[in-house]
Amino acid sequence: MAERVGQYPGERRGHGWIITLGGLILLALVYIFPFLVQVANSFKSDAEATNAGLALWSANWTTEAYHVLFNNSDFGLWTMNSLIVTVAVTLGRVFFVSVAGYALARLRFPGRSAVFVMLIAVMSVPGVVLLIPKFLVIKELGMYDSYPGMILPLLVDAAGVFIMKNFFESIPVAVEEAARIDGAGIFRTFWSIVLPMARPALMTIIILSFQGSWNELNHFIISTQSPALTTLTRGVASLASGQLSSGNQYPIKLAAATLMTIPVAVIFFIFQKRIMNTTGGAVKD
Amino acid sequence: MVVILGLFLFVPVIMAAWVSVSDWNGRGSPFSSNVHFVGGTHYAEMLGGRGLAARDFGTAIRNNLYYVLFVVPLQTAISLGLAFMVNKRALRGKGFFRTAFYFPSVTSTVAITVLWLFLFSASGAVNAVLSWLSIQGPNWFADPRGVFHLLMGGGDAPAALSQPGLFGISTWEWIAGPSIAMAAFIMMAIFTTSGTFMLLFLAALQSIGEDTDEAAMVDGASVWQRFWYVTVPLLRPTLFTVITLGLIGTWQVFDQIYTGSQGGPSKTTLTPAFLSYQSAFESQRWGRGAAIAFILFAIIVIMTLLQRLILGDADPTKPSRRQLRADRRAHAAAAEVVTPAPVRADETIDRGGGRHG
Repeated sequence: MAERVGQYPGERRGHGWIITLGGLILLALVYIFPFLVQVANSFKSDAEATNAGLALWSANWTTEAYHVLFNNSDFGLWTMNSLIVTVAVTLGRVFFVSVAGYALARLRFPGRSAVFVMLIAVMSVPGVVLLIPKFLVIKELGMYDSYPGMILPLLVDAAGVFIMKNFFESIPVAVEEAARIDGAGIFRTFWSIVLPMARPALMTIIILSFQGSWNELNHFIISTQSPALTTLTRGVASLASGQLSSGNQYPIKLAAATLMTIPVAVIFFIFQKRIMNTTGGAVKD
Repeated sequence: MVVILGLFLFVPVIMAAWVSVSDWNGRGSPFSSNVHFVGGTHYAEMLGGRGLAARDFGTAIRNNLYYVLFVVPLQTAISLGLAFMVNKRALRGKGFFRTAFYFPSVTSTVAITVLWLFLFSASGAVNAVLSWLSIQGPNWFADPRGVFHLLMGGGDAPAALSQPGLFGISTWEWIAGPSIAMAAFIMMAIFTTSGTFMLLFLAALQSIGEDTDEAAMVDGASVWQRFWYVTVPLLRPTLFTVITLGLIGTWQVFDQIYTGSQGGPSKTTLTPAFLSYQSAFESQRWGRGAAIAFILFAIIVIMTLLQRLILGDADPTKPSRRQLRADRRAHAAAAEVVTPAPVRADETIDRGGGRHG
């Protein structure tokens, strides 16, 4: 919105440019600073965090919050559960989504367009509206409070099917025809010829489902109740709503929030180009 | 795949539809013979009643309505602004800024909510910054006062406005504005979603390129003229997507309410999504919970259609028939390209809207 200056010959390289850059730096600070505050305060004592939360530096920093998390809480169990679910969901999705995407893109079967319409319908139904319906099915199927109940419903990822379908349609059919002439069956053609070509799209699916299932909260709220199946999101949410006995316990909560952010942050920084391109690329072309 | 899709979408919706017109209390199967059909009772209780159910529902609608009214325009404007600044050709360190603005979008709502509760606590970082400006900050998440009420100088409701009105809430309560606690959630939503939408705008800006802008500049258009009459119209398909996604996301606020406030203080952060959960899973009033979910769905559909109608007519110059046809073609093309967006955005918005909701 600020002035575009200094790009064209004859245009003045003036204050507008400084204002834009200054504005950007200030805004970036607003976006980054909360996270610095979070990490800094997870290394403070409760009293200090409560009274001087803004300070990024503490003279007597301590790792006590982390000790408490690891030794006196179920944090390890929560992490384990999150990991199990995330890995299972991600692997399952990669398989389901690519098979379904391929079927929709290439195979002619009766009711194909009906399935496609259904897919679009699924994508447009808001998630929170489905909480009670999902719970009812999970309960009826006897999967309530179990890993299958946590994992299976998350395997349905209409959006992922959509991405894969689009990708497969962009691959020339000739490649598959050649394979078929060489005597490969449908599944073999798919598995050893087409799927390896789809690696970029599969990476997108992996990243999205890792992020999605690691951060998932409401599905686990409605599909489980036992402490043994608590995931990080549910566990940390219970910390936040005050299951810690005394005081604010900010350092412990912030330490938990920091730790649970690390895996997605790592994935984000490794794949940030791809993540940001897929998010934006959707509109580009 | 089809089986799973059907199993987890169509069957469930039909089951939930039955529950919303039954008196199931969570014990046993909702299809057993001792569960009775109660017709539209649950819907009527909320939409036409004067009781607690209607008041809670009305409060939740009011809260969420203010949330939508603030979040959608602000996040759209801010993400457009960010995209515009980051898109500058001469800007160095583009990658850094993009990363900084987008990072909040990849972290979980739970973690951000925990952080927000800390930042906005009574003696927290936000109030510390405010105190530099000699402002005494409120105890954000414990403050149920409505922002509009505060702007009007506080005080009690005038008698004329204190009668119970729509959904059993008085006009005075309707015009309260978002509570201070909700305002903190509003800021959080903007913080966590503007990055995603910035990326959508950035991609669109890049595909527009600089040529049109340069042409307008040669014609002597000022910066603002170029922004309003050249860039924004070209961005219309993206604007449309962002506002649609925003509307869908902001009506689904759940995770942050569950984590942060459980609807408090004084029910001022209660949202329909959370109320639906609370009625069903905590109070065991499953019929009511399911009914709220269906009403919420209807609201989202209506809002999206309304938006389509309004934005479709918002053209400053009445287009000719030929233009309309061209427009439609362009839209169809854009729609084709745009459709996958909900996908990605979905993952991130959910929280807000996810996050938002």
